[in-house]
Amino acid sequence: MFPPVPNPSTGPQNPKFGENDLMRRSASSVTPPAERQTEVAKLIDVSKCIGCKACQSACIEWNDTHPEIEENTGVFENPHDLTPDMFTLMRFTEWENPETNNLEWLIRKDGCMHCEDPGCLKACPAPGAIVQYSNGIVDFVHENCIGCGYCIKGCPFNIPRISQVDHTAYKCTLCSDRIAVGQGPACAKACPTQAIVYGTKEEMKKHAEGRITDLKSRGFANAGLYDPPGVGGTHVMYVLHHADKPEIYAGLPNDPRISPIVEAWKGVTKYAGLAVMGVAAVTGFLHYMVNGPNRVTEEDEEAAERLTGDRSS
Amino acid sequence: MSTTTENDTGKSNSVHAGKPVTVDRYTGGARINHWITAGSLVLLALSGLSLFHPRLFFLSALFGGGQLVRAIHPWIGVVLFFSFLGLFLRFWKLNLWKREDGTWLARGRDVLTAHDERLPEIGKYNAGQKLVFWSMSILIIVLIASGVVIWDEYFAAFTTIEQKRWAVLVHSIAAILAISVWITHVYAAIWVKGTIRGMVRGSVTGGWAWRYHRKWLRELVAKPHAKDEKTTAAE
Repeated sequence: MFPPVPNPSTGPQNPKFGENDLMRRSASSVTPPAERQTEVAKLIDVSKCIGCKACQSACIEWNDTHPEIEENTGVFENPHDLTPDMFTLMRFTEWENPETNNLEWLIRKDGCMHCEDPGCLKACPAPGAIVQYSNGIVDFVHENCIGCGYCIKGCPFNIPRISQVDHTAYKCTLCSDRIAVGQGPACAKACPTQAIVYGTKEEMKKHAEGRITDLKSRGFANAGLYDPPGVGGTHVMYVLHHADKPEIYAGLPNDPRISPIVEAWKGVTKYAGLAVMGVAAVTGFLHYMVNGPNRVTEEDEEAAERLTGDRSS
Repeated sequence: MSTTTENDTGKSNSVHAGKPVTVDRYTGGARINHWITAGSLVLLALSGLSLFHPRLFFLSALFGGGQLVRAIHPWIGVVLFFSFLGLFLRFWKLNLWKREDGTWLARGRDVLTAHDERLPEIGKYNAGQKLVFWSMSILIIVLIASGVVIWDEYFAAFTTIEQKRWAVLVHSIAAILAISVWITHVYAAIWVKGTIRGMVRGSVTGGWAWRYHRKWLRELVAKPHAKDEKTTAAE
């Protein structure tokens, strides 16, 4: 067992991180703090998950969201997808293992992975709408959000959702408001099997190692940790019993990275675009400076008068 | 070639004697149509640029903040699309490529150094104007198509995220090109004196028409007696 995050004192506390701990701020340049806070992480051990959805309930409860009640279409996912009111979702997959011919019921708690290199933040055009704290948490700041949906295009995991109520983007905050005062995320707190645990990233990796050794001893030769390097690692990690094929877990990306299209759009296009427009304007200006205006001469007017005069006679 | 004459100002006599001679170039309808297009294009450029580069985000204040830019920009795009469609229908025939356009373009040096006397006689539009017309036509189609794909408020469900990524890249590149074409268009109007009054007051001087669009002027001068049919496209 992993020792649970202790209950904090009920007295008032100062938040442990804030504005001064920003590593990245969307559409703005910040000086990262000289000293980085200890990186935190949430570890989701899919092999221990029983699919009870206590994490979803706890998430709804803590964030005070009100997911719409939907139609039952005969699947376990409820709601059917992440929504602006549902930041985390148990995704269920029935997978037939070709090696054993056994049916395996794979359950993955989907939600923001809190990438070290967040695509949402890279794509965001609104200053300060998305921030990354030095402990690794990627958070949306709703008063700065303009609801454009660029974060959705930037995200390699298809996580953010735009609310049609206030037209801003929502996703898991890693319970930054709880973590700031020494508590763990609500989902981890609620998980009855400790499939979700929370701590420093180092602790989580170490804990994962123990879990992977255990899984390997039970015949899951490909058990492993999902901490994808393509996005610089994540602050939400999975222990997977089939880490060699993460895509079987309801389409968990095999090698997630910020889409090259988004990189091109936010990289070379941005600078080349400004350059092209600038060159067009400067060329015009210089041309005018060198050549001066192109004027109609007296002779032109006289020629026109002669031409029209011919006609009117 | 002769078909182009029908699309001129629509009045039976568009050349007015005097000192200087004045020549009607654009009807009131065409001018209103043009300036609605111009206004929406400027608003689109400003609001679009505010989301294009963080350094330009301050432009969103002109529209009342980022949320309003996000909400308004696509609607201005719809206005521009239909407004430009009006211009397209008015002008497309006059912008068909003619043999003299190649010659005009090949003598780009004379064009840029204002040696208009060395250029072939040109109809209502020269090759540069035609290129502006056609590139804007294409770019606006690309912009409205890619813009709808990323108009998440109403159309989010119809495309995949990957398609939206392409759309946003295409949209920004097309917008850069459109703004550059627009800069060229505005610069040409400023550089060639006497041009702007054509789109503001509707008429140009005879000398202007003689110097830059002599073939058009000759057609207007030759035409009126033969011109009994009232043209439908009053441009």
